[in-house]
Order: sequence, then C-alpha cells, then structure tokens
Amino acid sequence: MSKIGVFVCHCGENISSTVDCEKVAATVGKYDGVAFSVDYKYMCSDPGQSIIKSAIAEKGLTGVVVAACSPRMHEPTFRKVCAEAGLNPYMCEMANLREHCSWVHEKGEATTEKAIDLVRILVEKVKYNQSLSSIKVPVTKTALVIGGGIAGIQASLDIANTGHKVILIEKDPSIGGHMSQLSETFPTLDCSQCILTPRMVEVAQHPNITLYTYAELESLEGFIGNFKARIRKKSKSLDEKLCTGCGLCTTKCPTKKIPSEFNEGLGNRTAIYVPFPQAVPNKPVIDRIHCTYYTKGKCRICEKVCPTGAIRFDQEDQIIEVEVGAIVVATGFAVKQPDFFPEYGYGKYADVITGLQFERLASASGPTLGEIRRPSDGKIPEKIVFLACAGSRDPAKGIPYCSKICCMYIAKHAMLYQHKVHSGKSYVFYMDIRAGGKMYEEFVRRAIEDDGVNYIRGRVSKIYEKNGKLIVNGVDTLLNAMPVEIEADMVVLATAGVANEGAEELAQKLHISYDPYKFFAEAHPKLKPVETNTGGIFLAGACQAPRDIPESVAMASGAAVKVAGLFSQDELTREPIIAVVNRQAAPVYSSCVGCFLCVSACPYQAIEKEEIKNRNGEVIKSIAKVNPGLCQGCGTCVAFCRTKSIDIQGYTHEQMYTEVMALLNEY
Amino acid sequence: MTLGFYPGCSLKGSSREYAESVLAVAKAFDIHLEEIKDWNCCGATAAHNMNKELSLALPARILSLAEKQGLTEIVVPCAACYSRLTVTKHELSENPALKAVVTEANDLAYTGSVSILNIVQMLDKYIIPNLEGRVVKPFDHKVACYYGCLLVRPHEILKFDREEDPQSLDALMLKAGATPIDWAFKTECCGAGLSVSRTSSVGRLSGKIIGDAKDRGAEAIIVACPMCHSNLDMRRDAINAYLGEKVDIPVLYITQAIGLAIGLDRKALGLQRHFVKVSV
Repeated sequence: MSKIGVFVCHCGENISSTVDCEKVAATVGKYDGVAFSVDYKYMCSDPGQSIIKSAIAEKGLTGVVVAACSPRMHEPTFRKVCAEAGLNPYMCEMANLREHCSWVHEKGEATTEKAIDLVRILVEKVKYNQSLSSIKVPVTKTALVIGGGIAGIQASLDIANTGHKVILIEKDPSIGGHMSQLSETFPTLDCSQCILTPRMVEVAQHPNITLYTYAELESLEGFIGNFKARIRKKSKSLDEKLCTGCGLCTTKCPTKKIPSEFNEGLGNRTAIYVPFPQAVPNKPVIDRIHCTYYTKGKCRICEKVCPTGAIRFDQEDQIIEVEVGAIVVATGFAVKQPDFFPEYGYGKYADVITGLQFERLASASGPTLGEIRRPSDGKIPEKIVFLACAGSRDPAKGIPYCSKICCMYIAKHAMLYQHKVHSGKSYVFYMDIRAGGKMYEEFVRRAIEDDGVNYIRGRVSKIYEKNGKLIVNGVDTLLNAMPVEIEADMVVLATAGVANEGAEELAQKLHISYDPYKFFAEAHPKLKPVETNTGGIFLAGACQAPRDIPESVAMASGAAVKVAGLFSQDELTREPIIAVVNRQAAPVYSSCVGCFLCVSACPYQAIEKEEIKNRNGEVIKSIAKVNPGLCQGCGTCVAFCRTKSIDIQGYTHEQMYTEVMALLNEY
Repeated sequence: MTLGFYPGCSLKGSSREYAESVLAVAKAFDIHLEEIKDWNCCGATAAHNMNKELSLALPARILSLAEKQGLTEIVVPCAACYSRLTVTKHELSENPALKAVVTEANDLAYTGSVSILNIVQMLDKYIIPNLEGRVVKPFDHKVACYYGCLLVRPHEILKFDREEDPQSLDALMLKAGATPIDWAFKTECCGAGLSVSRTSSVGRLSGKIIGDAKDRGAEAIIVACPMCHSNLDMRRDAINAYLGEKVDIPVLYITQAIGLAIGLDRKALGLQRHFVKVSV
C-alpha cells in the first residue's frame, strides 16, 4: 500500500491568491494512498523542506508530490530533500500549480478544482514510480569556442588557463573580430589594437589552444560532456606549414580592387590577402570569388613568386571531426548598412557612413592612416554630423531595442574628430544619452564640455546632397521642436547592432534558442545570462545582445568558469529519464520481436541490436537495446514500438495511463 | 470600359483642369469614367482631427454609393481623397464595431468590395500597357516629380510605392519621354492646408521645393494632388518672394503631361487655367 505525502505550496501569494491551497491539501488528503497532506507558505524554504523530511521519516512515506511551481525551478531541490530523508529521489513528483494554474486563471472555485486535479494525477502517477538511479557519463574535457572576436578570445584563454584544451574556430582568415577594427576604445581612449593584439598572439601560442581560422561549424551531435562537432576548414589555397608569411604574394597579386572587409569597404585588398597587418595567423588566404585564376583560369602569379612553394590551388575544404565536452558560442554581431535607410539616401551618398566605417577612418591602420578624410573626395570634413539611433529604438524599422554601444562610441568618434581636426565642428543628434557604466557619463560630458561637441536632442528626418554638401534636416526638441538644418561634409550613422547573417542557421545546428531578433537566447535573463537552454552550450558577447567590450569580456570569463566547472568533474550525472527495452525471464527474454523500427526512428543513434545467446553461444533471439549514454529520453522509439516493449523510465505506459484515468474517474 | 470616378471638391473647383485632363486622357484610351452619384465630401483635411466616426462615415458613404451603383473599381485623382477613402476602407475592415457604427450612421450597406485607385495606379494599370505607339509628342523635358505627403503615406495602409523615395511618377514620366531628375524634395511638405490661412508659410515650404527643383535643372514639376498644385502654382508670388527671384517653372498634373505626350489639345487638358504659364 502506497503512503504518499502531498505538500501544497502557497508560493507567497503566487499560488494562494487564486487557489485555495488549504482546500487542495484537505481534499487530496482524503484520497486512497495519501498518508499525509499539508499546505505551507514557502515549501522551498528551509522550514518547508523540514516539513517534507520529517513527514517522510515519521509517516514512512513511499512517494512525495510537491504541488508548487514548475519543475524547471525546484524539482532538483525537492528531489534532494527526499534523498536526504532516505527516499529515492525519483519517488518525488511536482504538480505545477503556479505556471499551469494560479498564474493563468482568475481566483475561483474552478481554479481550485483544477489545482486539485493537477495534484491528483501526480498522486496516482507516483504510486507507479520506480526507484531510479542517475546515469554517469564521462566528460570530454575539451571546449569548442565558436568565434574569435574578443569574447571568443577571452573565453578560450580563460578555459585554456585552467588547464583544459580549447579548440577555437573563426570563420574569417584572422581572429580579432570587430574589436580589431576599432581605433580607440571608450571610456579611456586607449588604442584597441594595442590591448587586443597581445591577446591574439597569446591565443595563437597557447599550448592548450588549437586555432582553426577560416573555419566554420558544419554540424553538431551529442550532448553535454559528449559533443561531436564537425568543422569545415575552408580551403585557404595555401600550405600553412610552408608559408612563412613573407607577404610577397599579396604585393604581387594583380587583382587589387576588392573592397576590404576589414576596412568596411573604405579601402581595397588583393585576391590573396591577409586582412590586416596584425592578423593572427599572419598568413594569406585566396579569395576564390575574386581570384583571376579561379574566375578566368589564368594568372598563378602568387604561385610563381612564393619562395617556399606554399600556394595550393587544388586544395579542398577539409571536414574534421572533434569531440568536445562544452561549447562557447561567441559569434558576435553585425551592423545595419546605410542602404537600410531610405531617408538617409539608401546608401547612395558616399559620405554617409556607418560608425564602424568611421572607426576605420580614425584608425592608424585604416585606409587614411588615421586622418579623418571623407570617402568621396578625400577632403577633411569641416562639419560632421553623427546620428544616434539609426534604426535602433525604432519599431517602424523592426528594431525596437537599444543597441547600447552607440551613445558611447559616438561620443568617442566626435571626440576623436575634434582632437584630429581642431577647426572642425561636430554635431550629435540623439534621443537620449545612455551612458550607464563606469566612467561612461564622465566620458560623454568630456566630449560635450571639453571638446565642444554640439549635442542636439532630436531626430533627423532626412539627408540629401546639394552642391557637394550633405543637408541634414533635423529637429531640436529642447528648443520647442525647432527645425535644424546643417550643411555637413560627412555624416556618420550609428546604425543598429543586429544579429549576424546566418545566426538562425547556427542556432539550429547547435539546438539553442534565439529571440525574435535572432540574437541567441540565454537560459534566464537575470540568473543564467551565459547559459543556453541546451546543457553544455554557453554564450559570450554580442551574439546574445548588443554588448560593449567590458561586458563581452565579463560574459566570456563567466562562460569560461561554467566550462571549467563542468570540466572539474570526471563524470556527469544524468537524469535516468531514458528508454529501456523490457527484459523477462526465459524463454521469452523480452516482448521485443526484433523488428528494429526503433533503430531507424531514434534521432540519437542510441539503439542497437542485442543478441541473446544460450550457454553454447548460439543466438536465440535478437532484440533492441538502448545505450543509456546516448539516449536523450525523447520517446520517439516508444511511439514506434509495435509491441509496447519500450518504456521511458519515469514516464512508463502504465504511469501515463494512470494519469489519464485519474482525470477521467470520479473522485 | 467603365471605371467609377470620385472627383471630390477640388476637381470641381480650384483644380478643374485636373478633372479635365483625367477625363481627356481616359477618353483617349476608351475608358469611361462614371461619376459616383450624389457623392459627398471625403472629410479631408479637418474631419479626422475632429471626430473619428464622422471622418470614417463620410468616405464610407462614398464607397457605399459606389457599391450601390454597381462599381467595383473607382478612380480617385485627388491624393487627399485617395488617402481618406483608403484609410477608411482599411479601418473598417480591421474594426467590425466601427463598421457597424458607420453603416448605421449612413443608413447604407457597406461591404468594402470597391477597390480604390489613385491616378498613378489608374495610369499604370489601364493606360501605360496601351501607351506604345501613342506617344506622338514625347514630353522631352527634365522633370521633377513631386509626390507630396499623402500619395504614398502611410505606407502600412496604402502599400503603394516607397515611402521615403517614391518612384512611381518618375517611372510614368519616363514612359512619356521625359527625363525625371533625382532630387531631394519629393515628399517634403508644401504647406498643404495653410494655403489660405498662412500664405507666407506656404511661400517658405513650397519655396524650398521649387528652389531645389530649379537648382537641379527641372523644366517642369509633375504632381498628382490638387493641394500640391495650388500651393506650387497659385502661391508662386509668395514662393518667389521667399526665393528672392522669379522662378517660372510650370507645375503640371501627371495627366496633363501624359495628355501632351499623346497629342491631346492643350485646352482640353486645361493648361490655360494655370497661374504659372505652361511654356513647355
């Protein structure tokens, strides 16, 4: 005879404001097999847990139902309580009275009735629960980091420094990401390259880090602690071992007019190229889309000039397979291009540029060697207008969120411009100045007060070109919506930070969720900012939302600690919620008839054939067998099995049927 | 063929030449424009700021009358009327409660079955496909196509052309043999309803439009709205006062320009009615 304890939680007022908890406990207490039933304000609190523990001890409970919140929140808590009291933790079930009942219904009889129903089906289910023990799986103590920007670099270094192996993949020919494109950084105005390149070099030289540039994730299988990743190493058309990085090929390449991605199209590069002087690795790749040999079948000049014979025109993409225990996704973000803004000229004015392009103009390694010169004619602009919130905070453009970094980098841009062009005039159109951060507000005040940047609170309705000037029509909302017209020489749009192209596809490969803007979703907006909903996969940097450098680095270190924590265990404990094929005594052995439909149905390749042999080693019967290390408990095989020979532990046919009957029967 | 026709007040008054040219061009292509009987004011421009139900009931009555008359497609040349009728159709299809109120107020059945064409859509659908071989006097001028505020806004409702940098008039004028210029004031405000009450403001706002067209070498300005036309044409003295010079670029309705291109009589197109002499 079952002795079940029912513990109804008020969750403060979360449940008790619409559900009569006392009545739930009293009603359920009268059911067959319920030996104890009580309600309490906070069942998850210490006193609440003590109630459960002492009830198990005093009443000799054989099963426990906690009627509280979602099992996602507190199932581990209550299972632990049961285990501490000597009851198998899998004899504990949770009825979700909060999310499934009290939060979604009005106060009333029917709501309490529904709560009673929810508890009753679990009471009936728990009568059929079996003691289970968790499964131990080994951990592959190697991490995969996807994306070699500052977040990926930081995460890789932090993990590698704990003594674990890291595989870092980067889709571009060099690591460094957007940070390598920046001129100076806020709020200190120190050079971005100067603080970044030592980290890049450290990555390349770290004994625990294997770096694959020009490489992308092809596919991913497995689960926490035991992932199998296939990585596509795109062909660089180069034998990297032979290449010394002398750079002769890039100087001799005749195809020189390809817009440089690193310079955001403001400068050109060759078809065989190293993206920037401090690139890591400092070895070229051939861009096959533009290379004359690949497009027209002639040239091969790089091959002729290469002193070590390192060029490999016939090199193919290589797929490598690696086993990793954890993954850090640090794929970063993109910025909207000016052609997104019809009101600012659809990208047809050369001197209307993005913030990232301005970084290249201001950078010593940029196309103008750090002089602020406008793209159209190379003149130094005497008047420059910066537009904050170009796209951001604009629901009409589909980007209602704040891109977060723009207020700060615009102040920096205006400041850099004033430092370089003393006679110049700079204007910033803004909605609000969002400078929350250490030394951030002071930085913006410095731009306004010390460097004389003109801040105008208002938006710009239109930019058009006239007589070589860009006419900026805006409004000053602090001057009673006074129209403002500025004849500018150059306009910088702080275009919205958006998810990378292909973010959705990558999320689907990784089985992680993403938000409506295609940024990757954290597991909890406050308490699990670097975790995803998929165990063993973590997030760092701007792939999760627009982030500045300090935040990206902090997130990366956070993700690294999560990985290190995972790797500190030799074995991971997994829920025993997996499929099992029934076994019986001879001569039946199992009701499985060996049709192996389940083998083809299983998405995780977790089912194999097992041969049952007699003492002479002769095969008597072939049946299905589930590999507990691979099974994810999805239940697909259960649905496929024609003889009902497979059950999911904890969710058996018997338990499901009982739950349904508990709802249908009169009590 | 026959299409419904809603002229609105302007086309019966200050912009008679717009109506004349619309009817003349339609006739040249064997299109009979059948006026909606007993039509009323569309409610522009004041009603939607005063009383929402009234502002919907007025256009709804026009659409109901068109339905009653058996018309399935109506041409609405005035951009303000086009805006009011289209917005009403949209609002009533989105909001059944409002539709009930409006139907009761008008005491006329309303199903929303009538499709509404502005002049650009009408030309695009019924004239341009048959234009080949009909252009006898190409409108060989540099033209600035001016769309004003109502023809392409709000885009969510009208779903017509591009809101910020519209192209439809330019495309039509290209077909008529003109060279449309790329300019900056296609959708800027002309001063619209201030034409009578604050002429000096119209001088400034329309002055910027005329000034930019002139600077970029336009020989004519092409419009599709009576309000735009009256501000740019009738208020030319105020505009010239603002600009500090005498600018005599004529302002033509799109139908007048197309009419000239297909060789219609200038008088039939009402060109003599303009304040700024149409010298092109």
